[in-house]
Amino acid sequence: MPTASHPPPEEPLRVSILRQGGYLIASIHAALDDGQLVRFRRDLLDQIGQHRSRGVIIDVAALDVIDSFACHTLRTITEVSRLRGAETVVVGIQPDVALAMVRLGVSVEALATALDLEEGMALLEVITAGAVFLPGKGTR
Amino acid sequence: MRLADDEGRQDVMGQMSSQQVADGNEQDEEDAMLLPELVAHLRGNRGTLREEWASRIKEAHLLSAMTPQEVFSEVTSVYDNYVAVLETGSVDELRHYARDLSERIIPRGVETHEVIGIVLLLRDVLARSLFEKYRDDFEMLNRVLNAYEPAANRIANTVAGSFVEERERVIRQQQDSLRELSTPVLQVRERLLILPIIGVLDRERAHQLTDQLLRAIRAHRARVVVIDITGVPDVDESVADDLVKTVDASRLMGAGVIITGLSSEIAQTLVTIGVDLGKMNTVGDLQGGIEEAEHLLGFKVVRTDDADR
Repeated sequence: MPTASHPPPEEPLRVSILRQGGYLIASIHAALDDGQLVRFRRDLLDQIGQHRSRGVIIDVAALDVIDSFACHTLRTITEVSRLRGAETVVVGIQPDVALAMVRLGVSVEALATALDLEEGMALLEVITAGAVFLPGKGTR
Repeated sequence: MRLADDEGRQDVMGQMSSQQVADGNEQDEEDAMLLPELVAHLRGNRGTLREEWASRIKEAHLLSAMTPQEVFSEVTSVYDNYVAVLETGSVDELRHYARDLSERIIPRGVETHEVIGIVLLLRDVLARSLFEKYRDDFEMLNRVLNAYEPAANRIANTVAGSFVEERERVIRQQQDSLRELSTPVLQVRERLLILPIIGVLDRERAHQLTDQLLRAIRAHRARVVVIDITGVPDVDESVADDLVKTVDASRLMGAGVIITGLSSEIAQTLVTIGVDLGKMNTVGDLQGGIEEAEHLLGFKVVRTDDADR
């Protein structure tokens, strides 16, 4: 939730959202607080609509902690983007983060996950098979 | 009576006034003078006392794992160390020796009660010889015992302590190596890992195992993992819970998990106690699990003679 100490919304998020063919690749570069997560969700979902993306990859490799709110945000993004016709894959979850998430008991079943960006692309291609626009069939 | 008084006085030493401390020191010095006499007595009768002790050990059926010659040579060393401690008042050397001795005899199955038993026997043998020597002078006997008993108890403590420490060290070492050995994560094909679990799966081990597996998934870029639990004797609710967590965490890392080796008894138990393994991909045996994994990864194994045909 946004609080008084929260930075003004003008400050850019430390997140890059890149377009790669029919997919969007969102890389989170540093830990986001709850307010920033909400903005990230809004930005990403806006861009999915703008670019008519078929798939989204969210790279969380830089995160040391994924708490319940972050998890909830990832789940919401997955569900909302599916309603708008895009599949979401979360990539780059660190071993310690994975362990912590499972031990905390956060519900992760709805998330599609892959090891890293490359694997995520491959997985998206499988999930969205039949999509009109399939850029570069991976390196392998 | 006198003994009790002496002990009482020693206990409150710390709180005594300087006058009383001086008195106490005087008394202690007098007692300390007795130690050389005691040591001389034990040195003089080394042969007989040692024999006596060795035969008492034999009677009590202690150290049965060792030959009489070995017992005798150890008895000699312990005896000499014992006298040396009485003489110098320092147990460091004895502690060192006791550790060394423990290291040698623990692998041969010598038990704690045996070690404590022989030290207490030696204490008794020596005390008896003192009783005999000073039986005409009760006052003197009391004073000699005052000097002897604390030292003897300290020796018994040191030996028993060293033995137990050594034993614990061995146990810890074995636990460590067992832990290291028992959780290998092996790559059988590109992107396919197997994790054969042997032995009891407790909470700590389950955590360590999950940790190791997740790191291996990243290192090998694994896409499928086969966990074989044929060697796990008992799968109960908590183990199943740990397995579910391992599967979930691996999935977050992008690797699917196949569990193999659930015996029919274990499967029935799990169903009976209502553990939900519905989300888990389970296959009967390791072979089936690897075949399933190969199928998922798109491998096809073909016999060479079939291929040639």
